[in-house]
Amino acid sequence: MNALALEGVSIAYGHTQVVHDVSFSVASGESFALVGESGSGKSTVLKAIAALATGWSGSIEVAGKPRSREHDRQFARQCQMVFQDPYGSLHPRKSIDTILAEPLQVHGLGNRNSRILDMLDAVGLDKRYRFRFPHQLSGGQRQRVAIARALMLEPSIMLLDEPTSALDVSVQAEILNLLKRLRVEQNLTYLMVSHNLPVVGFMCERMAVMQYGRIVEICDTTALRTGEFASEYTKELYEASGGAGC
Amino acid sequence: MAMLELENLRVSFPSAEGPVDVVKGISLSLGRERLGIVGESGSGKSLTGRAILKLINRPGIMRADRLEFEGIDLLSRSERQMRHLRGARLSMVMQDPKFSLHPVMRVGDQIAEALRCHERLRRRDVKARVIAMLEKVRINDPEAVARLYPHQISGGMGQRVMIAMMLIPKPDLLIADEPTSALDVSVQATVLDLIDSLVTDNGMGLMLISHDLHLVARYCDRILVMNAGEVVEECAAGQLLQATHPYTQGLLAAVPQMVEDRDALPVIDRSRWSGT
Repeated sequence: MNALALEGVSIAYGHTQVVHDVSFSVASGESFALVGESGSGKSTVLKAIAALATGWSGSIEVAGKPRSREHDRQFARQCQMVFQDPYGSLHPRKSIDTILAEPLQVHGLGNRNSRILDMLDAVGLDKRYRFRFPHQLSGGQRQRVAIARALMLEPSIMLLDEPTSALDVSVQAEILNLLKRLRVEQNLTYLMVSHNLPVVGFMCERMAVMQYGRIVEICDTTALRTGEFASEYTKELYEASGGAGC
Repeated sequence: MAMLELENLRVSFPSAEGPVDVVKGISLSLGRERLGIVGESGSGKSLTGRAILKLINRPGIMRADRLEFEGIDLLSRSERQMRHLRGARLSMVMQDPKFSLHPVMRVGDQIAEALRCHERLRRRDVKARVIAMLEKVRINDPEAVARLYPHQISGGMGQRVMIAMMLIPKPDLLIADEPTSALDVSVQATVLDLIDSLVTDNGMGLMLISHDLHLVARYCDRILVMNAGEVVEECAAGQLLQATHPYTQGLLAAVPQMVEDRDALPVIDRSRWSGT
């Protein structure tokens, strides 16, 4: 079954159309990547799925059900998003405990104490960080908190918007390992946006390459080994990333 | 003769438990070459770059046994005298064009300001130099771009504008602090090729500060690897893959490869080193 299916989706901010006629589907349990330069509309697609960009037409289906344009509690239980910048996506005046408890509160879920402790453990954060504030944590630790927050409602689909581009290579490795392990443990579906091809090769099975708001190619990430791509643009992107020698 | 000589540089910040050394005694000498400084965040690489320009603000304190640039002792220079050197002879490209450009000043005026501070020129000449410089950093239609505000241009263009601004007084040494980490891969290559060609053509010295080992290896002649305020390894760029220090090897292994067979990426065991 498809966890996500987009058919002929066009997205506009006001009068400016930024994404044109995008169609792809992500199977349940799959890890799929959207690749492209900044301004290619890859993050906008995620925002439309998460109802953060409402000016879209076409059809978006999440777990077989059409996605409405409004915020939807049931949707939030199924699908959560992790943002690019861990310095901007956590409330600066709320403790880690409050940040993680909030989704539980909104959805009226009990057993909060043990859920938070389990989740901190799952993302590899020590218990002593529970009552700290975001500014007391490093970038990598903050991104762990953001991932923990997204997982609090036990969703089946995760939207990852460049989850490691604000981090150092060494911290990036830790977060990528964490995401990979969580996917196996909790049977998650990933839709990841990235401009880093090696990261995509490490994390994902298939990828869609976007340029100027359109998908130019959908291929398996095994193509990254050989560099055999159908479109010229993907080849250019591949060369700019250093090709197979990188 | 080396252009820049730095001996036993220390930068410390006060904390509740007394002063903390963030840079712990770094010595380096730089000729007209391309030197790369690599390390994780918190390793003190950016502070080293800033210290060379004496841009460490209070409460930070910098000390060094020697800091000489082309025979000029920078340590004894007053703030006023430093201002004559900064920009004109020593220049620094900052990380993010979004925060480093003046938001309500036209791009062309900002570049012109860098020039006017150091040279007396007629208005017409200033304008011609600005346009010529924008052309040099490969901006199409420089006349139009010079009239734009920073929010109207893209990140890659903003970074090129910053480079134009830093290079227009023709400095001898360019310190580039993560000049491309805010940019896309495809733009990254263009910006670095540009810095590279300008450095080689003008015979400048370049200090490239970055956390990306492969990028530094591609654009520099020599590499210093920093960890917790100390230089742990120095090697020629071509020999990076033969690096011997476990920290450098750890950093290298943590980068995902295009041809990736590993199930998990090796993670640096931080407990083996102090700091960070």
